[in-house]
Amino acid sequence: MGMTMTQKILAAHAGLPEVQAGDLIEAKLDIVLGNDVTTPVAIGVFEKAGFTEVFDNEKIVITLDHYTPCKDIKSAELCVTARDFARKHNIKHFYDVGTVGIEHALLPEQGIVGPGDCIIGADSHTCTYGALGAFSTGVGSTDMAAGMASGLNWFKVPPAIKVELSGKPGPCVSGKDVILHLIGEIGVDGALYKSLEFTGEGVAELSMDDRFTISNMAIEAGGKNGIFPVDDRTREYIKDRFKREPAVFEADPDAEYERVVKIDLSALEPTVSMPHLPSNTKTVKEVEGLPIDQVVIGSCTNGRMSDMRSAAAILKGKKIADNVRCIIIPATQQIYLDCMEEGLLKVFIEAGCAVSAPTCGPCLGGHMGVMAAGERAVATTNRNFIGRMGHTQSEVILASPAVAAASALAGCVADPRGICGE
Amino acid sequence: MRGKVWKYGDHIDTDVIIPARYLNDPDPAALASHCMVDIDESFAGGVQNGDIMVGGWNFGCGSSREHAPVAIQASGVSCVIAASFARIFYRNSINIGFPILECPEASAAINAGDIVSVDTKTGVITDETTGESFQAKPFPEFIDNIIEKGGLLAYLKDKQI
Repeated sequence: MGMTMTQKILAAHAGLPEVQAGDLIEAKLDIVLGNDVTTPVAIGVFEKAGFTEVFDNEKIVITLDHYTPCKDIKSAELCVTARDFARKHNIKHFYDVGTVGIEHALLPEQGIVGPGDCIIGADSHTCTYGALGAFSTGVGSTDMAAGMASGLNWFKVPPAIKVELSGKPGPCVSGKDVILHLIGEIGVDGALYKSLEFTGEGVAELSMDDRFTISNMAIEAGGKNGIFPVDDRTREYIKDRFKREPAVFEADPDAEYERVVKIDLSALEPTVSMPHLPSNTKTVKEVEGLPIDQVVIGSCTNGRMSDMRSAAAILKGKKIADNVRCIIIPATQQIYLDCMEEGLLKVFIEAGCAVSAPTCGPCLGGHMGVMAAGERAVATTNRNFIGRMGHTQSEVILASPAVAAASALAGCVADPRGICGE
Repeated sequence: MRGKVWKYGDHIDTDVIIPARYLNDPDPAALASHCMVDIDESFAGGVQNGDIMVGGWNFGCGSSREHAPVAIQASGVSCVIAASFARIFYRNSINIGFPILECPEASAAINAGDIVSVDTKTGVITDETTGESFQAKPFPEFIDNIIEKGGLLAYLKDKQI
């Protein structure tokens, strides 16, 4: 029986000629990732178990991105633990304030991850690198500790859902609208334990940034990973970044899928997820006019350069509404710098937005934009659970950067079509 | 295992199990003191050693924070029964040696406050209050080995890597 793309990558990393859904395997890891929240816990587990050496100091990545620049004494202490460990073990890819970016924007940008890799990260959005044709999945701190110690981890080989994309997205429709629409279709556990494999002619119409956004939120459908085929756009993206030899895998023609979901990109509208589940989707038309207090444009989902450009195209020469705070967070230092060089920081600041150094901050209600009871945000982030961005009686509406920027101008949920043009 | 049931609904996410604002202190006792606070303020103060948590579908969805099963375990809960578990929560629980049982029938039938006993070896769940009993899905042998060794790191150490 044929294998899916994910199954082929797992088989190759387990040293097996073939694997089937449900097999329990042990696979070699190319990259093991952790952040300032999960790494200190992993270090505790690693040391308590009596390990003294990491398996490979070039294959571990530690990013201090969640509560940094540190929001309080306790988060500063977490960073000290991670920093000391990184120094002690000479971790090559250690990113601290000044070089750090939001992990899932940073690793692809820096060429640390690439096609065919097997990657675990102690952060649920590690599935982002599926956009590059890698098997990449979120795990916990004990998994990270095991990965750091042995370079191996156990996996249950997942079955797959094929997502066939066709058509070309219309104006103001981006990767965020595609993934929110899909989660609305299949539900927050629609892909539980499964791979989401994106295929079809529509893939070529999606930029790499669109694909990162889509793979990033595979976990919001319960997915183990969300993977794209490697094409010319992928090759162009990794050129000059990824230094290892890329391994390109393709699904077999007779690969088995539990389900096929078809999405015509040309039929999609700007889409939002209403509180308190990412699957609670509506078209922006259905909810426009709903008053808001805050807009956040950033995160591992939508803090990349094309997201910044999309927001700036809408905000240029205008002022945000008096009743709204708009916080814009470029996801990496390189993106921040590019925003400066392209004049986007000026656009944002003149529009009345606050622009911050890279941090996950407000997405998880950590800092840099926590909300009070009764407040409502439109955010380009990935989760709108109860209390996610602050008080349990605050609300988050998930949206694309175009919808978020248009909403900042209007002071309420707004349709960007007509502002962002073609 | 035997205890009183704390019952919750579907899609209980890790942000409500342990909100991110408390992740700056990973000490298990500190995490336990805030466990479930955003949906049930009575839990952290009222939970007794041995109590059992029962959830619906997709329990533990969302973030990868291992702090979530650690918080539940440190609060004294002896096991979690749910209709289904989100995959990272499932991995994390196994990896830290915390028993979880998947059983849609038990999840639907058991009520808050019932006294329930669980045999994690056989997967038999008994609601002593109603007299009903249920059979949870057994773990694959590989996973049983990890739990038996007391978690993933102990398992790895045992393999002498």
